[in-house]
Amino acid sequence: MWFELFQEIKHRKILLISLLYTLFLICVALLAPIISPYEVSEQNLSLGASAPSFQYILGTDVLGRDLFSRILYGSRISLLVGFLATFVAITIGLTYGAVSGYFGGKIDSLMMRLVDILDGLPFVIFIILILVIFGRDIYFLFISIGAFGWLSMARIVRLQVLGLRKKEFVISAQIMGASSSRILFKHIIPNVLGTVIIYSTLLVPQFMLLEAFLSFLGLGVQPPDSSWGILIREGANTMEEYWWLLIFPAFLFSLTLFALNFLGDGLRDILDPRDTQKLEN
Amino acid sequence: MIQLILKRLFTYIPVLLVVVIITFLMIHAAPGGPFDAERVASPEIIEKLNEAYNLDKPIHVQIYNYLFNAIQGDFGPSFKYPGRTVTELIMSGLPTTIELAIYSILFAIFLGVISGLVASLNPGKILDIVPMSISLLGICIPSIILGPVLVLIFGIWYEVLPVYGWGDNPGDKILPTITLGTAYAAIFARLTRGGMLEILGQDYIRTARAKGLSEIRIVIVHALRGGILPVISFLGPAIAGLLAGSFVVETIFQINGVGRFYVQAAFNRDYTMILGTSILFTFMTLTFVLISDIMASFLNPTLRDSGGLE
Repeated sequence: MWFELFQEIKHRKILLISLLYTLFLICVALLAPIISPYEVSEQNLSLGASAPSFQYILGTDVLGRDLFSRILYGSRISLLVGFLATFVAITIGLTYGAVSGYFGGKIDSLMMRLVDILDGLPFVIFIILILVIFGRDIYFLFISIGAFGWLSMARIVRLQVLGLRKKEFVISAQIMGASSSRILFKHIIPNVLGTVIIYSTLLVPQFMLLEAFLSFLGLGVQPPDSSWGILIREGANTMEEYWWLLIFPAFLFSLTLFALNFLGDGLRDILDPRDTQKLEN
Repeated sequence: MIQLILKRLFTYIPVLLVVVIITFLMIHAAPGGPFDAERVASPEIIEKLNEAYNLDKPIHVQIYNYLFNAIQGDFGPSFKYPGRTVTELIMSGLPTTIELAIYSILFAIFLGVISGLVASLNPGKILDIVPMSISLLGICIPSIILGPVLVLIFGIWYEVLPVYGWGDNPGDKILPTITLGTAYAAIFARLTRGGMLEILGQDYIRTARAKGLSEIRIVIVHALRGGILPVISFLGPAIAGLLAGSFVVETIFQINGVGRFYVQAAFNRDYTMILGTSILFTFMTLTFVLISDIMASFLNPTLRDSGGLE
């Protein structure tokens, strides 16, 4: 499956560019301490905010901190929240969807009814609520985002499992007397994992956006930690005099969302060409 | 039909109940009470305050009291604005938020449906590629970026539009509307295009063409009704998203709506205000999703009988 997927990606230019950009971004984020030209919290108060120059390629902020270094470090937190929240969402969604699909019947309809109800709730509000009550901490941030973002994952997994549970290998495992949890974790979940990983590439940009949204409001990541949401917030507050503080983080963040959306969408498209909700139609 | 609506309405009651109870429990689980301000009050004062706000009663009594009052439209006093009730505060911001949401959704429908329609009638041509590329941009540029950038361009560099307030200066409704509506315009454009392309390939459109109907009549009367269905079904979730988006837009443009109140309440840990606005937003979201489902089932008879409302 992975080989065919790679073959397919090679033929789609935008998808390939998005994939390379994403990999590049991940590398940059990992290597941020090595690449960044300045210490991220190094202040140069006498310099203050300065426009882009050869010394500071993207300029400096009000405290004289190098914007390029801050963007590099910001990418770490933005990506971290995106990926960890996705991990939380996959963990919950996979388990929930697999259980619902495998047992079927009344359990299934009850569990899916709950998903429908949760789907109708404005979950941004609940994430804000959790952050307000338990503290604006990065761990609560991705856990709470993931805790509300698993619904679509549960639906997808359930559909896959519904198809799998009548397959011969599952039935033979049942006949051999394997327990339900063994069948679920040893036989069914490994079989849906590929699909899940591909679908989850679409969750990452969604969750990164949510993080930026909350950080922009001042409810997400807290300074001195910086994420792209924080940088955009600071840029918006000072844009009257220092436009570069807004434009550069905003541009990079849009570009990243663009690439991740294309990537997720393209991958889903290869997997399920009949899906009508694609971006690239 | 009516039966289905009633059935749905009945599921709201447990959902809202669960929301209230979970919110209540979460607030109680929080470390620190609402009166842990910078100024340390004496224990007697805190006791008096707790008594005044009924916080000394057991939690199930508090929930019961709260629900009993909430049904009558009384969401209790605000913790941070003494002397003002949550209902009062919400009512002062609600019209603005609703107006902002309506303007944005109308802007999004107008722009989105028209460009989607144009694109679907010229598939693969320049009139398809340009609007669809722009709509991709619209989807990927979030309001937290679009808002400040619009302010920078139109408010600071060119100084043509006011950048704060709502209804105070002429033209100050333009930028918030665009900021909130653009992403949805982009989604609507894609949904309209997809829906129309599907419908235009159907047999009954060929029949209409064979009858010799004018192209305009075919598109407007026959195709649009079905082609716009994806847009209608997405209206509910879109309005729910708009309400959440109002947090950001009202903050950027300093508009005194419920969204901004919610963010401020979150900062101030104004628990009664948070609770009241959470219930309001939940209720509005559920209502809009229901309304868009009803509209969709009117346009598409197959949804009507197959329990499409479920």
